[in-house]
Amino acid sequence: MIKVNEKIAIDHGLKKDEYKKICELLKRNPNLTELGIFSAMWNEHCSYKSSKKHLKKLNTKGKRVIQGPGENAGVIDIGDNDAIVFKIESHNHPSFIEPYQGAATGVGGILRDVFTMGARPIANLNSIHFGSPSNKKTKSLLRGVVQGIGGYGNCIGVPTIAGQTSFDESYNGNILVNAMTLGLVKKDKIFYSKAAGLNKPVIYVGSKTGRDGIHGASMASAKFDDKIEEKKPTVQVGDPFTEKLLLEACLELMRDDSIIAIQDMGAAGLTSSSVEMASKGKLGIELHLDKVPCREENMSPYEIMLSESQERMLIVLENGKEKKAKEIFDKWNLDFSIIGKTTNSKNIELYFDKNKVANIPIDLLSEEAPEYDRKWKKNKLPQKINFTKKDFKNLKITDVLKKILASPNVCSKQWIWEQYDHTVMGDTIQKPGGDAGVVRVHGSEKAIAATVDSSASYCYSHPLSGGKQIVCETWRNLICVGAEPIAITNCLNFGNPEKPENMGEFVECVEGLNEASKFLNFPVVSGNVSFYNETKDKGIKPTPTIGGVGLIKNYKNMITMDLKEIGNIILVVGKTEGHLDQSIFAKEVLNEKKGPPPEINLFNEKNNGETILKLIKDKLIRSAHDVSLGGIITGIAKMCIKGKKGINFYKFKGLLDKFEYFFSEDQGRYIVEVKKENVDKVKKILDKNSNHYDLIGEVIEGNISINDEPTLSVDKLAEYNKDWLNKYMVN
Amino acid sequence: MKSSVIIFPGSNCDRDMDVALKKFGFKNKMIWHNDNNIPKSDLVVLPGGFSYGDYLRCGSIAAKSNIINSVIEFANKGGMVIGICNGFQILIETGLVTGALLRNKYLKFICKNIFVKVNKTQNKYFNKIKKDILELHIAHNDGNYFCSKDDLKSMQDNDQIAVRYCDSNGEISENSNPNGSIQNIAGVFNEKKNILGMMPHPERVIDNCLSSNDGSYFFENLLSNMK
Repeated sequence: MIKVNEKIAIDHGLKKDEYKKICELLKRNPNLTELGIFSAMWNEHCSYKSSKKHLKKLNTKGKRVIQGPGENAGVIDIGDNDAIVFKIESHNHPSFIEPYQGAATGVGGILRDVFTMGARPIANLNSIHFGSPSNKKTKSLLRGVVQGIGGYGNCIGVPTIAGQTSFDESYNGNILVNAMTLGLVKKDKIFYSKAAGLNKPVIYVGSKTGRDGIHGASMASAKFDDKIEEKKPTVQVGDPFTEKLLLEACLELMRDDSIIAIQDMGAAGLTSSSVEMASKGKLGIELHLDKVPCREENMSPYEIMLSESQERMLIVLENGKEKKAKEIFDKWNLDFSIIGKTTNSKNIELYFDKNKVANIPIDLLSEEAPEYDRKWKKNKLPQKINFTKKDFKNLKITDVLKKILASPNVCSKQWIWEQYDHTVMGDTIQKPGGDAGVVRVHGSEKAIAATVDSSASYCYSHPLSGGKQIVCETWRNLICVGAEPIAITNCLNFGNPEKPENMGEFVECVEGLNEASKFLNFPVVSGNVSFYNETKDKGIKPTPTIGGVGLIKNYKNMITMDLKEIGNIILVVGKTEGHLDQSIFAKEVLNEKKGPPPEINLFNEKNNGETILKLIKDKLIRSAHDVSLGGIITGIAKMCIKGKKGINFYKFKGLLDKFEYFFSEDQGRYIVEVKKENVDKVKKILDKNSNHYDLIGEVIEGNISINDEPTLSVDKLAEYNKDWLNKYMVN
Repeated sequence: MKSSVIIFPGSNCDRDMDVALKKFGFKNKMIWHNDNNIPKSDLVVLPGGFSYGDYLRCGSIAAKSNIINSVIEFANKGGMVIGICNGFQILIETGLVTGALLRNKYLKFICKNIFVKVNKTQNKYFNKIKKDILELHIAHNDGNYFCSKDDLKSMQDNDQIAVRYCDSNGEISENSNPNGSIQNIAGVFNEKKNILGMMPHPERVIDNCLSSNDGSYFFENLLSNMK
């Protein structure tokens, strides 16, 4: 075997002093297999070494939280002994190298995280971000990612109910693919990854191990250069059919109490799953690697430990349950092998052909893993731009609206979500394209709403405000469908943590999201960090993605954003202040990219949201949509398009310029449709709760009519909105 | 009325079909692909999904599975058999219905509501349905129906075209054809019309809170014909 030295350690992505620390801790030089294990456990992806210090501060507690961060996924209580397991995870680096497999295995990985805990997956979501549409790689990456997500999710038969797609040149060299899964489990049948008991059999189940994905986690912990093509072999290959079998087999085995602990082999494969289970149980583990089912010949212990072949699980079983477990996996045609046992050595001991090939105290891989307090730079709030009437001269509201509706970040993403099966399992009651996707809790009156959000421009301009804003937007999206927001999961996509600017973006985004999460009682229960989204020294805009989950106690109370009835009145709840900096209007129309993002007032946010939710529960609101990209008029246009109806705007009174009024992106606002006869009742409730509101128009047949402007046909707007992506992908 | 839904490894609409059949009054049993016999049934359903991963031609491995011989035997004795989506692909691969299902015209998976015009002549699947046009749901990659001119003619002569894609007014045109199927064909019968294969999923549209409720007409009619 090759003798390990500092150079080899550095080739494994370890730093000089990290290697020194390994030798000191071991009191000897590691062999190659051991070095591989250290590099896998100590990389950024598995150890969270740059982020841990800041993540510790997150608000993770709440009355509905059953399991917070630290397990395969978070778990929340939704009553009646039901619980929802959910998490979001990134698969950015692999998806840029090989979009189809990268995205597909991203979906596969997050599904396993959820069913590992005993939950049947009931919904998938995704947040995907691409470079500028004019970048030559964008189209093929988008096509590959969408087909990969669909290829996996459609086959395994879990509906993809919501998502988000954005384009920004900062992703030209690093696309983002974040996948989220929700699962349903009985509260008393949740499985965890903590091993317990001595001499318990350790079982390997699922697919065979191959040479794919070796060092995947290390690759995901490094930046890209010109040679990324060479990294293709580090991308795993997905097999959704085997995953479907694994899902059914695991859930079948989970019907009784055979399993003590279970963990999927995700990043860093057999290494991280065995180390984590033993570490949590404060036990040792002994593995016989020649018993691992391999798909290729002559695989070395090093390769077996570091392979990231997909669709595999590691289980610590109760003694005596081996036969029954094997029968189940045989029935589903999956590999099953007893590869080791738990021990009291507190070491991970590996054997191959009866030789001991590695022996490392488990503490050194987990607790002793490096933790850094990286230098970070504070971000100042940018100077506000003072837009004047001059900036808007020659512009027409209607022309601007058309342009915004057809812009890449606002246009309809139907081309994408029609390629995802969003109705399998027969419980989807709100499909993609709305504020949140909603699925019924099978066989009950309850429903679960879920959404994913991120706003890189806001975060780039001022990370602290941006971090808060996303949590608030997630909260609003859940409220808009009538769901009580319960908890969030976060996927923190950032540049290079070794650069103080990037680290500063991370620290302040996390601070912002934490502040909002605390104020709104919207705890973080799971998540993942993806650093080094950087190519040739150019990093992405900071892109924390938030996945939110909410509960609707009776699915019949769910509402959608499409306008319902002619004659109903439209109100905007929340104050319109005219903040245009960082808005789509400023960027797309005025070409002004500077300025601060809209301010977040958490008090108003909470107060407005709670009142809207109450109004929905009281059946006083017919449709609702939050005001986000493109302001009031863009929001209403989308409600018109979906409902195939129009709006007659009342003559607008106030001090704002009409462009500020229609296109500003002030936060904490909702557009709601109310029946005429209920308007007084609604006004009274809003007044009583001190919610600011404006009556802005009335639902009419298919036109948008604004004073002094030409009337717009909603059908035409729908075409503008839908055509951009269709044409882009076809041409 | 007794029904049996076959589960192949990779089936993923088996539960949805079970839910739908029970909702409309069938006593349904789930049958494993490795079994040799179907229990006594009035109806056998091959559900949607990706049987055996569809890694060969869709449905082809399922058409060689253990259980399939008894399905064929049941069908040949005149038993009612429905194949939905992947189930339709399996029926084609067994030769129980005629034609082929090619990759969708635009080479994309398509998941959306569509309208179909139903054939009510001399068959137990659609005969007493009050509507002529149903709003159902499709979710497939390989639903582009094709057959030879001769086969098409003989199926037309024998009224074997079961459902055709149309618009909400019943207009059958290129615009209402989601996947390139010849003659907008979404589903066909065998000669005796005891077997129905179709791409649209009635089981996904059986409640007003879902994307349509028109699947209910299908199941209600089916049950009423069996009583």
